[in-house]
Amino acid sequence: MGLLTGLRSSISRAASTLFSDEEPKRIGIYGPPNAGKTTLSNRIVRDWTEHGDAVGPESHIPHETRRARRRENIEIERDGKTVTIDVVDTPGVTTKVDYTEFLEHDMEKEDAVRRSREATEGVAEAMHWLREDVDGVIYVLDSTTDPFTQVNTMLIGIIESQDLPVLILANKIDLEDSSVQRIRNAFPQHETIPLSALEGDNMDEVYDNIAEYFG
Amino acid sequence: MPEVKPRDGVRIDLISGERMDGLASMEKIRMILDGVRDGNIVILEEGLSPDEESRLIEVTMTEISPDEFNGIEIETYPRKETADASFLDRLMGRESAKKLTVIGPANQIETLHKDETLIQTLVSRK
Ligand SMILES: Nc1nc2c(ncn2[C@@H]2O[C@H](COP(=O)(O)OP(=O)(O)OP(=O)(O)O)[C@@H](O)[C@H]2O)c(=O)[nH]1
Ligand SMILES: [Mg+2]
Repeated sequence: MGLLTGLRSSISRAASTLFSDEEPKRIGIYGPPNAGKTTLSNRIVRDWTEHGDAVGPESHIPHETRRARRRENIEIERDGKTVTIDVVDTPGVTTKVDYTEFLEHDMEKEDAVRRSREATEGVAEAMHWLREDVDGVIYVLDSTTDPFTQVNTMLIGIIESQDLPVLILANKIDLEDSSVQRIRNAFPQHETIPLSALEGDNMDEVYDNIAEYFG
Repeated sequence: MPEVKPRDGVRIDLISGERMDGLASMEKIRMILDGVRDGNIVILEEGLSPDEESRLIEVTMTEISPDEFNGIEIETYPRKETADASFLDRLMGRESAKKLTVIGPANQIETLHKDETLIQTLVSRK
């Protein structure tokens, strides 16, 4: 091996240890509005950090999250090993926002218009993060709703085209109408884990898979 | 002969893959959104790449404005091939080829049914 090649390979080795061991992977929590992304993010943070302040507010009104929020250095322990990740809770993605839908939630017009403007900025921001700034994706779906939507098809396609590791979470299994199988049928090429982010059901399997996929 | 005003019907633009091939990504997105914002339905013979779809969502968001433009409805057949596409195919962007795509204004187009082989939409006038 020539001196220069040797030097180059030791530099790249040093760089790869630097990135793999010291830079936590940034995991984007994606999915349609109201799927439970923030509820999950809050649970992860509460389970694994000492001062588990909430990542953001949870709400039944869509587009509650309108800015991507990152929580750094979350250390998840699995089988005696520690996996460190950054969690990025993102605004729910959609191709349309109609402020009049917020009026149905007892909101004044002015507030509804502001919420819709912030929501559109938030979705644009989420798409930007997905193209540039995440190393892996947790895709959260409400298992009581039809997974065969265009937004889900497009987002999973975008994630696949970037070769990002992705874990699909079938959320809200505590509800009667939940169907995990419907989600498995829609995305057979990916691992799907059932859970209730609200009740904390099946979180052990969720953390096992986070460690395996993103560790 | 009576003049046909645009508002007498819904205009549909069917855009061939050949025509799209000659355009840069932003030109495609501009062409789609200009059409949709005029109230037209745009049908793409060969669809967009995942990256272009991502930018289409982003640009759509920046253009939404209350009581004027609510965004878009977009439909393609769900793709099955992605999982089987070889690494080389994906590298060459071949997996995204040839998926008929329908795009329209969100307040004028409603998807009635969708599966792997059929998309049914209801289009209303402005
Ligand atoms: N029953 C049940 N409800 C849940 C579960 N997870 C979340 N929810 C509820 O679903 C609603 C939406 O939850 P969020 O966490 O705000 O959803 P989100 O995906 O962050 O939504 P946006 O920020 O608007 O995109 C809230 O009312 C939650 O309490 C669950 O596992 N079971
Ligand atoms: Mg949220």
